Amino acid sequence: MDNQAAIELLYKMADDDLIIGHRNSEWTGVGPILEEDISFSSMAQDKIGHSWGLYKILHQLGESEPDLVAFTRNAEQFHNCQMVEFPIGEYDFSLIRHFLFDYADYHRFEMLENSSLTGLAQLARKIKGEIKYHILHARTWMKNLGNSTDEAKERLQRSLDTLYPMALGIFEKSPYEDQLISDGVFGGEEALQTRWLDSIMEVLRLTDLNHTLDSAASPLIGGRMGKHTDHLQPLLDEMSEVVRTDPTAEW
Amino acid sequence: MVEDQPQLARIRDILDEVKDPEIPTISLIDLGVITEIDLKENGHVYVEMTPTFVGCPAMDYMKKSVEEKLNENGFSDFFVNVTLEKAWTTNNITEKGREGLKKHGLAPPPHLEKIVDIDILENVTCPYCNSDDTELQTPFGPTLCRSMHFCHNCKQAFEQFKPL
Ligand SMILES: [Zn+2]
Repeated sequence: MDNQAAIELLYKMADDDLIIGHRNSEWTGVGPILEEDISFSSMAQDKIGHSWGLYKILHQLGESEPDLVAFTRNAEQFHNCQMVEFPIGEYDFSLIRHFLFDYADYHRFEMLENSSLTGLAQLARKIKGEIKYHILHARTWMKNLGNSTDEAKERLQRSLDTLYPMALGIFEKSPYEDQLISDGVFGGEEALQTRWLDSIMEVLRLTDLNHTLDSAASPLIGGRMGKHTDHLQPLLDEMSEVVRTDPTAEW
Repeated sequence: MVEDQPQLARIRDILDEVKDPEIPTISLIDLGVITEIDLKENGHVYVEMTPTFVGCPAMDYMKKSVEEKLNENGFSDFFVNVTLEKAWTTNNITEKGREGLKKHGLAPPPHLEKIVDIDILENVTCPYCNSDDTELQTPFGPTLCRSMHFCHNCKQAFEQFKPL
């Protein structure tokens, strides 16, 4: 098996988790209510842990040490989708992003449970159990707020309209798509998107939000190829700053 | 496996002294984080561990504690392997371990068949008064392993070691 395809897949997954983890950790101490504060911090810690697990597999495949990979690359060397790098914004933005991202994350690891890459399959089985709580959290809050006041619904709807095209960028195809599928490493972005959409729709139907998603929306792509918004580099600088000033900081 | 069963039992007893860094009433063996202890013919000790959560920040510390414990007791030829091969679930917690959690004021996790649903986090038995009249506050507690609940009977907040 040519590792290049698996390496590309692992980098984009790890970078997604690392960046969304660091973004959502910004909610610590500023969440709308204490419980949500704790939830976002806790999920952020999970995500960073997941990225570490993936970077370790990359290291086994010959890439650099996890902390080098995480904290010394520049924006154009990152393969995360652009959606995860945007600032946390208002709570409704972060909640919708968490909802759209985590269902994709969940289904991706679900599909990887039987990956021919044994280490990845083991990690996926473990991680899937953890992300169940993330989607449980997203679903609960979507249901609560998506059926509450007009203002809340309006805010959620606006964030959903903004974030849906961004979320489609999660499924930007890699040049190795066919190979990943034929090698049994991963079932592919298209299959993932189908599973994701089913789950998203199922949750939206439990709310008063608009159930028809814009099928003509054009996906925000480029992230998988190293093209990013101006938001990413400052975040990376901040992350490596913490590491530089406190080399013993636990991540 | 080796014939020297008494020695293997001794190693097991020694390692049973290594407790969870956050919950001193449960050993890593009873938590299910130590998944295998083996003694080879030549005296080599093999210990296998697995993290509760992939991002568990205490994993390195727990591994070090196991290594130190073996050193303290005169073992020098050993290998502590951290692997996800046998992934941890809360079903790995022993009966003694579940008692240990309760002693620490944590509701033990329910036994799981497979899928975690929201329901399993509702009406968790309160570790203080044993009432089921409780409510889930958030599936995310102060550490990754815990969910937070409130008991309507004794009006106290409590945490559960959540099922995984
Ligand atoms: Zn009670």
